[in-house]
Amino acid sequence: MENNVSKSVVENILEVKNLRTYFYTDNGIVKAVDGVNFNLKKGETLGIVGETGSGKSITALTILGLITIPPGKIESGEIIFDGQDLLKLKINNLKHFRGNRISMIFQDPMTSLNPVFTIGNQLIESILTHQKISKKEAYQKALDLLDMVGISDKKRRMKSYPHEFSGGMRQRAMIAMAIANSPSILIADEPTTALDVTIQAQILELIDNLKNKTNSSVILITHDLGVIAKYASRVMVMYAGKPVEFASINDIFYNSIHPYTLGLIGSVSKLNEEKKERLKPIKGTPPSLIDLPKGCTFAPRCKYAIKICKESFPPSIEEESGHFAACFRAKEFLNKSLSRD
Amino acid sequence: MFYYILKRILQIIPVIIGITILLFVLMYIIPEDPARLILEKGATPQALQNLREKMGIDKPIYVQYWRYIKQLAKGDLGTSYRYRRSVNSILAEHYPNSIKLAFAAIIIETIIGILAGIISAVRKYSFLDVLVTISTTILVCIPVYWLGMLLQIGLGLKLHWLPMSGMGDGSIKYYILPAITLASVSTAFVARITRSTMLDVLSNDYIRTAYAKGLSNNSVIYKHALKNALIPVVTYIGIDLGTLMGGAILTETIFAWPGVGRTIYLAILQRDAPVVIGGTIILVLIFVFLNLIVDIIYAFLDPRIRLEGGSSLDL
Ligand SMILES: Nc1ncnc2c1ncn2[C@@H]1O[C@H](COP(=O)(O)OP(=O)(O)OP(=O)(O)O)[C@@H](O)[C@H]1O
Ligand SMILES: [Mg+2]
Repeated sequence: MENNVSKSVVENILEVKNLRTYFYTDNGIVKAVDGVNFNLKKGETLGIVGETGSGKSITALTILGLITIPPGKIESGEIIFDGQDLLKLKINNLKHFRGNRISMIFQDPMTSLNPVFTIGNQLIESILTHQKISKKEAYQKALDLLDMVGISDKKRRMKSYPHEFSGGMRQRAMIAMAIANSPSILIADEPTTALDVTIQAQILELIDNLKNKTNSSVILITHDLGVIAKYASRVMVMYAGKPVEFASINDIFYNSIHPYTLGLIGSVSKLNEEKKERLKPIKGTPPSLIDLPKGCTFAPRCKYAIKICKESFPPSIEEESGHFAACFRAKEFLNKSLSRD
Repeated sequence: MFYYILKRILQIIPVIIGITILLFVLMYIIPEDPARLILEKGATPQALQNLREKMGIDKPIYVQYWRYIKQLAKGDLGTSYRYRRSVNSILAEHYPNSIKLAFAAIIIETIIGILAGIISAVRKYSFLDVLVTISTTILVCIPVYWLGMLLQIGLGLKLHWLPMSGMGDGSIKYYILPAITLASVSTAFVARITRSTMLDVLSNDYIRTAYAKGLSNNSVIYKHALKNALIPVVTYIGIDLGTLMGGAILTETIFAWPGVGRTIYLAILQRDAPVVIGGTIILVLIFVFLNLIVDIIYAFLDPRIRLEGGSSLDL
């Protein structure tokens, strides 16, 4: 996975290289993100999947510089956006990117909006933070944004407080804020987990439509492989802070070469029917991020594990074009000498 | 909103009745004869008896109480035994001094308390945070009269920077020492409440959202966090305002401040029942009134709170 970046044809809008974000806690060092590499192409939706605690949110928060330091620390890595390494920027420069070039939508719209300011106030604030226009113009823009995210009765809604909105409406308002400055990248961290099933599809459609309209890129973080199958073009599968497989959506679903991914897919029954289910993965639990086992972190749960898997962590290798996996037996899966059952 | 306020005002009536009954009984138990307080020593028993009849204090307690309530309904708080002046005018003379002192103290506790609280929350575990924690602990622990006397002796007697006592011509320098003394404990509490609510608020998701929007640190702290953190602080300050108005007995006594706290204190010593009861009623009224104001400010700060009985429909 180390050098996928240079090979890509379509323009990369974001390149994340060897990113490590650790937390120094009283109990030890939590290696929340431990060597993440990926690139995001212009106009694509990149999915990130993995069990809870695998480091998906921390990866996203690190990109925007939203990790609290201490206890967090960025141990290594580069986040190249627009020719600059975001990790090298001072916070005063980084804030011009946040909410402007790169926006984020969070999991829980119930708690992500400030309860004591009106929706209008928070929306206009997003606009005025990055655009030098008058309040009146910003107000007009805010109305347009509410239109775009499908909130009707706009003038009254501007004066409403978050608690007067339903969960779906709040997430729409969050999205309106996120796209207020036409960002190049929208990071959606489980944007629908807190919502009703019927609303989930609407919100995902909305994000997808907006992405297509503005030709921006989306990083879609989710537990839901069905969602990934429907909206993403490429997927990064994470396990215990590390990317274990990274490939196109087709390769992941029909030609996976990593036992963890295989387990994930196997656990979602009847994917074709788009039955949305939470991941109920493989037997066993993920390792504690403090005392990571020597060798492959997945080996203790892996039914294909062999001796070497317990000894060192497999490097991420591009096994076929655009298909990366960190598994000693990936080649065997690839040439079908090892059957995936 | 209107109904809510009306309801709160009507609630005052039973409170007043309760307070007056309590005070009446207390003052009645004290074995002191008001007639003797008023007349010179050596007054004839006949003269004393005449006065008692004239004042109505020879009657049973419930008759006296009923008379007092009727009088009170007209806004008359009676006549002081000691000064033979109407209680209304005595209180009217001293109350403004207490209110001014209380406001001076409130200003100190609001500004210094909130600022100290914010600084120690934002710079958690820094030198300043430790300094704030230590000084608030000291302020809460030392007795008010001790701090008052210390300031009085240090800055007043030894250094002659500030007047030691009294109100003088009412200029600011007379306020400084008593206001600091009066505000000390509350300032410490405000700083602590602000610090803890601020830390609490700063860990909320919407703070992360605010940073993700690209806001500066100052906007996040002074706009997004502070308004949320102030909600409990405002409640405390509002209740404290009521307490300071009547609770300044110690400070007013130390600094010979001609306020109502000292007046009530002297009236208790002198068994001057009308002044004690009248003064207390006014204190209670102010206290209840301030709480109402706090509730209204509260509703203004926190849109999730709708004052019950209100008709704040979105139209
Ligand atoms: N401030 C922190 N201090 C210590 N550990 C932390 C901190 N924040 C996150 N972690 C740890 O980092 C790991 C990765 O967390 P992260 O939130 O990225 O998981 P995730 O993949 O987003 O999971 P989920 O699907 O539940 O959202 C977790 O094990 C978590 O406990
Ligand atoms: Mg997460």
